[in-house]
Amino acid sequence: MYAQMIKTAGTGVKSREEMSEQERAFQDKIDADIKIEPKDWMPDDYRATLIRQIGQHAHSEIVGQLPEGNWITRAPTLERKAILLAKVQDEAGHGLYLYCAAETLGVSRDEITEMLLDGRMKYSSIFNYPTLNWADIGAVGWLVDGAAIMNQVPLQRTSFGPYSRAMIRICKEESFHQRQGYDAIRKMAEGTPEQRKMAQDAMNRFWYPSLMMFGPSDKESVHSAQSMAWKIKINTNDELRQKFVDQTVPQAEYLGLTIPDPDLKWNEERGHYDFSEPDWSEFFDVIKGNGPCNVDRLAARNKAWDDGKWVRDGLLAHARKKRGAKVAAE
Amino acid sequence: MNNEWPLWEIFIRGQHGMSHRHVGSLHAPDAEMAIKNARDVYTRRNEGVSIWVVEANNISASSPSDKGPLYEPSESKVYRHPTFFDIPGEVGAM
Repeated sequence: MYAQMIKTAGTGVKSREEMSEQERAFQDKIDADIKIEPKDWMPDDYRATLIRQIGQHAHSEIVGQLPEGNWITRAPTLERKAILLAKVQDEAGHGLYLYCAAETLGVSRDEITEMLLDGRMKYSSIFNYPTLNWADIGAVGWLVDGAAIMNQVPLQRTSFGPYSRAMIRICKEESFHQRQGYDAIRKMAEGTPEQRKMAQDAMNRFWYPSLMMFGPSDKESVHSAQSMAWKIKINTNDELRQKFVDQTVPQAEYLGLTIPDPDLKWNEERGHYDFSEPDWSEFFDVIKGNGPCNVDRLAARNKAWDDGKWVRDGLLAHARKKRGAKVAAE
Repeated sequence: MNNEWPLWEIFIRGQHGMSHRHVGSLHAPDAEMAIKNARDVYTRRNEGVSIWVVEANNISASSPSDKGPLYEPSESKVYRHPTFFDIPGEVGAM
């Protein structure tokens, strides 16, 4: 789960002559792979871009719990249920690590939450697709978490210390997510003809939305160039997408599942698979709010926030009362 | 009144004999809940045998701009390291 289509603040990469002395010192640290910590000086645009990026990443972890949470009560065995529960709990944890990293940049948890709830901030497009059956849960772990790992592994080296540390923790846990998904879909791919059909159907529906997770090509983008100079983006979207396809094709072949792309084939010269681009008009439509589940996802988050208010307020009132009593007794 | 739960910094002892190490932070209404939440957020895979929580606003930190005055003086004091001294081999282990 991660951020996509983050608008980089600023006007693009400055030359050294255009930079102030502070900006030059900042860029030198980044070039020398010295981490930037919250109290260090940083350009306003770096801070603003990171809040957007880490915030969207965190929101994706939290909203990402919904499509999978949908199947916890209907998991086919007690073991699968326990595994899925642990996986969804991990996603909550990942969201929390990331929110804390964003907060070190000066945004409060409530502010950033409210920006998700009122639509000012986005989450990954992938979670606006439904999980229709158990095979989809396997496909989400295998493909969606697989695509997320591609993006998250390089981000462990990102220049902002708290973000980097959050990514290191997350990556340690993410491999479990992908493996449990592959294991679940493998069981179905090796099962009855009906189960096999369900696995193929899930693959058909999740393949292109997974490719969209990397975002449209950004090799010409000045914004991406700035984010890369700041090392808050490590690879281009196309590089990561290619890596994901190259890694996933043999995994699908092992399962005997067909990737729904007639043009997919190994290119000996490039040493990579050639593949079809997803339908980017669908992607932009989903981002705009017109995906199959956008309304449901935001409604579920808003309901959880509103329904939880009395709990948050009550626990805080209790804590204040207890503290008051302690002070009075001293 | 601001009704956001305060931020707590979490320290975990990874295994017996080790010191507590900072692992991250979280929001909680009080210390008791902070420990409960820390257990869920930071020890889901046996990462700890003990938890400390400290409300973040109780932590004082040195400033990045003090790096020079604070740490540079020790750079010129190589004699504080045992390898500074040549001990004759005949003396044996020291």
